[in-house]
Amino acid sequence: MLRYLTLRIAQSIVTVLLVTMIIFVIIRLIGDPTHLMLPPEATEADRELLRQQMGLSDPVAVQYWRYLLQLLHGDMGMSYRFSLPALDVVLGRIGPTLLLTCTSLAIGILVGVPLGVASAVRPDGWIDFVAKAIALFGQAAPPFFFGLIFVLVFAVQLRWLPTSGYGGPQYLIMPAIALGWYSAAGLMRLTRSNMMEVLTSEYVRMARIKGVPERVVVYKHALKNAALPVLTFASLQFGILMGGAVSIESVFAWPGMGKLILDSIANLDYAVVQAAVTVSALMFTAINLAVDLLYAYIDPRIRYA
Amino acid sequence: MSDLLRVENLTTWLATESGIITAVDDVSFSVRPGRALALVGESGSGKSMTCSSIMRLLPASGHIAGGRVLFEGEDLLAKSPAEMEAIRGRKIGMIVQDPMTSLNPLFDVEDQVGEVFRYHLGDRSRRARRPKVLDVLSRVQIPAAEKRLGSYPHEFSGGMRQRVAIALNIACAPKLLIADEPTTALDVTVQQQILALLRDLQRETGMAIILVTHDLHTVQRFCDEVAIMYAGRIVEQGPVAEIFARPAHPYTEGLLRALPQLGGQEDRLPLIPGQPPSLASLPAGCRFAPRCRRATDLCRTEYPDWMATAGETRRSACWYADEVLG
Amino acid sequence: MRDAPSPDRPVLQRTGAKDRTLAASASERSSRWLASLQIWVAIILLAIVFGSALLAAFVTPYDPNEIGLDKALQAPSVQHWFGTDQLGRDVLSRVIWGGQVSLFLAACAVALAGAFGTLLGLVAGYFGGAVDRAVMWIADVQFSLPAVILALVLVGAVGPSFTNIVVVLSLANWARFARVIRSEALSLKSRDFVLLAKLGGASPLRIIAYHILPNVLGTFIVLATLDVGLIIILEATLSFLGLGVQPPDPSWGTMIADGRGYLERAWWISVFPGLALMATVLSGNLLGDALRDRLNPSQRRRW
Repeated sequence: MLRYLTLRIAQSIVTVLLVTMIIFVIIRLIGDPTHLMLPPEATEADRELLRQQMGLSDPVAVQYWRYLLQLLHGDMGMSYRFSLPALDVVLGRIGPTLLLTCTSLAIGILVGVPLGVASAVRPDGWIDFVAKAIALFGQAAPPFFFGLIFVLVFAVQLRWLPTSGYGGPQYLIMPAIALGWYSAAGLMRLTRSNMMEVLTSEYVRMARIKGVPERVVVYKHALKNAALPVLTFASLQFGILMGGAVSIESVFAWPGMGKLILDSIANLDYAVVQAAVTVSALMFTAINLAVDLLYAYIDPRIRYA
Repeated sequence: MSDLLRVENLTTWLATESGIITAVDDVSFSVRPGRALALVGESGSGKSMTCSSIMRLLPASGHIAGGRVLFEGEDLLAKSPAEMEAIRGRKIGMIVQDPMTSLNPLFDVEDQVGEVFRYHLGDRSRRARRPKVLDVLSRVQIPAAEKRLGSYPHEFSGGMRQRVAIALNIACAPKLLIADEPTTALDVTVQQQILALLRDLQRETGMAIILVTHDLHTVQRFCDEVAIMYAGRIVEQGPVAEIFARPAHPYTEGLLRALPQLGGQEDRLPLIPGQPPSLASLPAGCRFAPRCRRATDLCRTEYPDWMATAGETRRSACWYADEVLG
Repeated sequence: MRDAPSPDRPVLQRTGAKDRTLAASASERSSRWLASLQIWVAIILLAIVFGSALLAAFVTPYDPNEIGLDKALQAPSVQHWFGTDQLGRDVLSRVIWGGQVSLFLAACAVALAGAFGTLLGLVAGYFGGAVDRAVMWIADVQFSLPAVILALVLVGAVGPSFTNIVVVLSLANWARFARVIRSEALSLKSRDFVLLAKLGGASPLRIIAYHILPNVLGTFIVLATLDVGLIIILEATLSFLGLGVQPPDPSWGTMIADGRGYLERAWWISVFPGLALMATVLSGNLLGDALRDRLNPSQRRRW
């Protein structure tokens, strides 16, 4: 277990290093970073000053090393738009994004997994048919399109919910469902196919031979085994949801990181873009690591390996 | 003595790529309390499907099309799913071929054995179940059982896993244990230990056993009665000693003739020239006729009726049973 | 002496049983029928979408960029099946031209991502060791950067030209190809025909090109078919956010964005391009699933 833990953490650190390297390359080596780091109206003297400050004449490796050290101290540069440290700007917006993505993921799991189980238990039944339709449509359109349709129907026509904004739960319903549908579709498909495979396994048969009630066979013996790959998939969904959140936040004027990234790209506030992308990658890697450790906790074959 | 289990005209269909086949075709046999019946036959002859039909645990593609399975006088095929759950694991146990896959990898041994007590005897607390779990593990001769309660299947050897599987099947002292090739997947030395364990347990508890096997030596040492299956049907059945001494069906005869040449363990049946027919395209008459040196036109056109031979205890599905008997 | 029971045919005593089997096989048959119906609907829809996109110049009733403020925001009618947008442009014509843009972009991006990912996957799987670890780590990195965010930042940095969009879409999508193809190559390289070729002195390049590549083509086609939908969605997202296809060129994503401000008065501006996108992606996914079932029978019965 300890060996697995160390190995997995080392792996995550390498991944994070590579991610920072790629972000560094994108931000620093495409064009003159002073164009990106300074407002468009800055003078040439400002730029020269910044170049010297940033040590842009040093070798790339030295620059990267310096950038890493700054990163370790939580220094991700200044946002010119807000005149605040970029990291603070990003952390201020992380709450709404986490609320949105976690709610969406919860919807995805709470809808996808039970429906996947139900349709695997009775393939070709009506639940299977409905679940299949939900999955097919969920994977057929980007979340923002569902968001717009929801606005059209539930806000514009029926006037049940506010069109956009951030506040009470009534503001969360439409964006979370629009975003969660896609995850629900994938989780449903995966749960279904895993369950169908596991339900024909010998150990499920043995559980039935023992006379364990069918509900225990399905929800204890089969589901726990089928859930392992679903767990990994769900953690990958988190990254997809963070991406989807950009367009959903734009549709619903949700004050999260996605909208911040978009606005910062439009305003060339690249310190913020860099901080936001780094933070999302860090969060995503951390979640994957956590899920892998959880996986090891559930599966004794990994735990004792 | 009355029968513990009486299977009457059991017929099971199986949907396959080449259409619906009759995997178990009009099979009838009975088992008395405390006795051991061997089901012998080649792969695909319907032995395992017969066992699964008795347990009502067919794959989704299988379907019991007719017959009765009388257990203690009641037809299992008429039971509700909930009633079957109460019978399985309590009154009828079953061990399957591959102990490497038949235990759930995610639960420890105490949990998997304890489930039987929980759902059949209502022992809800893990602590209350523990002494019973320990007792049954020691009965299947798992050494230092108290240390292995928290172990997971992957930490056991194949033989030990099969002992665990036996443990959870005898935990409620069933009247009948179905052992579907319980040793095929194991090492030769372990095979003998498992068979010896089964025999000890049978003596101890007086349960009846149906042993599905390829190995005629095992049948000879272990079983009282034998039913020989060929292409979905039973072709001959009766007491082991009598049938081994004087077979009344050419197929049995062929099996036994090949027997003395074999030393020790075999996981396949002795070779008889030719192949068993595909269940999707059966010959019109006797299914063994294409491989039978005694076959006549009668055999090739009409399936033989049961012939009671050598008294009332034996039956053979051969037109010429008396001639085979000699 | 004869003994019951009658050996001729099994006696079907339990009548309900037989009916249930027949019912089961009927549902099996109807589900198979449904599956083949799905595939045909998918093929026909794709044929319509691809056909009209290819022949856009001939089948569109109006110039997609022809502005006529006097006929702005007209509801769907006989003249304008899908209505007109805020500038009086015909939505149907724009949906068809937008389809051409979106499909062409997606086709280029899938080809590029597929070629790049497959190449890396083949190399990683065949050579193993450090090469393998390096490739898989880079793939991990791609997976740990959400595709939309990666694409947004890249396009923001390099600008939304056609080539840039294609490259960015492929950079955000190659890793899936690399992973799957790698594991196939890994299992293929220990197969007899590859070992034989190795013994015969074939170079690694030759073995990969002649012995492994042909065997992963089926997988590649399945992955590519399923990827088209993902890339169309990603491209629409970029365009919707203003960092993809630039106005006045129509694309499904920009058109959906155009209609956002008019949802109350003119829903058709956003809804029709969205439906066209949905029909295309849905058909692509159905077809991809069907292909996977056909090529990998072991994975059958997954939707």
